[in-house]
Amino acid sequence: MAGMANEDRLSGLMKSGIGENNPVLVQILGICSALAVTGLVSTTLVMGLSLMLVTSLSCLFISLLRNTIPHRVRLMVQMLVISVFVILIHLYLKAFHYDISRALGAYVGLIITNCIVLGRSEGYALRHGPIASFIDGLANAFGYALVLLCISLVREGFGGGTLLGWKWSPAGFRPALILKSAPGAFVTLGCLVWIVRGWALRKSSAQGATKA
Amino acid sequence: MEIFTPGGPLLIFLASLFTSNILLSKFLGMCSFIALSRNMKTSFGMGIAVTFVTFATALINYGIHHGILAKGSVIFPDADLTYLEFLIFILVIAGFVQFVEIILERFIPSLYFSFGIFLPLITVNCAILGVNLLMVDPNLNFDLFKTGVYALGSGLGYCLAICLMAGIRNKLQDADIPEPLQGLGSTVIITGIMALAFMGFTGMVELG
Repeated sequence: MAGMANEDRLSGLMKSGIGENNPVLVQILGICSALAVTGLVSTTLVMGLSLMLVTSLSCLFISLLRNTIPHRVRLMVQMLVISVFVILIHLYLKAFHYDISRALGAYVGLIITNCIVLGRSEGYALRHGPIASFIDGLANAFGYALVLLCISLVREGFGGGTLLGWKWSPAGFRPALILKSAPGAFVTLGCLVWIVRGWALRKSSAQGATKA
Repeated sequence: MEIFTPGGPLLIFLASLFTSNILLSKFLGMCSFIALSRNMKTSFGMGIAVTFVTFATALINYGIHHGILAKGSVIFPDADLTYLEFLIFILVIAGFVQFVEIILERFIPSLYFSFGIFLPLITVNCAILGVNLLMVDPNLNFDLFKTGVYALGSGLGYCLAICLMAGIRNKLQDADIPEPLQGLGSTVIITGIMALAFMGFTGMVELG
């Protein structure tokens, strides 16, 4: 029975990170890179995967260390743990995927200050066990990656007429270059927020109506 | 010194303030930008705090980069330690912020209390780490003076953007915005329009 309850709890964590507590759309965290790397689907996928690795592993290790970290210096310790994983990923990308590393530029390093990582380790991993923290980090990062993927599909698909470099559009298609630039990124995210929140509001008001 | 030539200090300042605005073209510091741009006073306080910390840490990290980490540096000329950049830079920023907090608390308590809440938030403000990581880009090849100018311009650019946003949101208080668009949605879309306006400066000045 205890195992069942535990499984329920873990799948609940998964759902909350991807859906109702989605870090980008609901908690408003990690917006910077959500806009910066979404010009191409390929860079977005790499960024999403990197963030999943960094968040889940740092949460795991911080949770293991949580009883030995002095409260006053906990931010520094968390930063150290996070930056070690970011450095590993940076070196791996530089060695084996140089083009993508060039395209991502400074934004790989900026995973360190991505609020999602610190938010999860500070807000969850410091008070929970290693496995739950690992799943929680993974779920939040996955929610982040999904949002990024949606944005990048729109931006690369309509802004460049390609998807992962493959030209999907008919010959006469004129790409909306504005989507590739900074203002396009902001407006795409704004519209995504609009759609998702509108849908969530409609759902919750429908639920309220059936209860009443 | 030629200040009007491309890559000169004045142009770097203007470029980092307008065309390469850290917030509107590089998307850095968005979290605090959205969370704190509700009123003008908070925004201005955050803007000034970011400018100060960016400027100071950029100078310190410039010294560390060229003194210790980079290839051909003063202390370890043969070793390329730039892979440690992330770790060292973020530690310098976090340490500096903590240091400023202690100094202010001890000597200028009034400033500490008006600055207080922003300082811890600054450690995880990606605009600051962003400026620190961008300035050591070998393509830009900044010397100490240009680094200072670039950091100052970027900090002020952040301050300018967040204050403009606070002004706009202040005017929007009574506007009838559809419910799903309130908060994050409308702020992001307005930021997009602001970024469009700042793009108008493109081509006038270039960084580097």
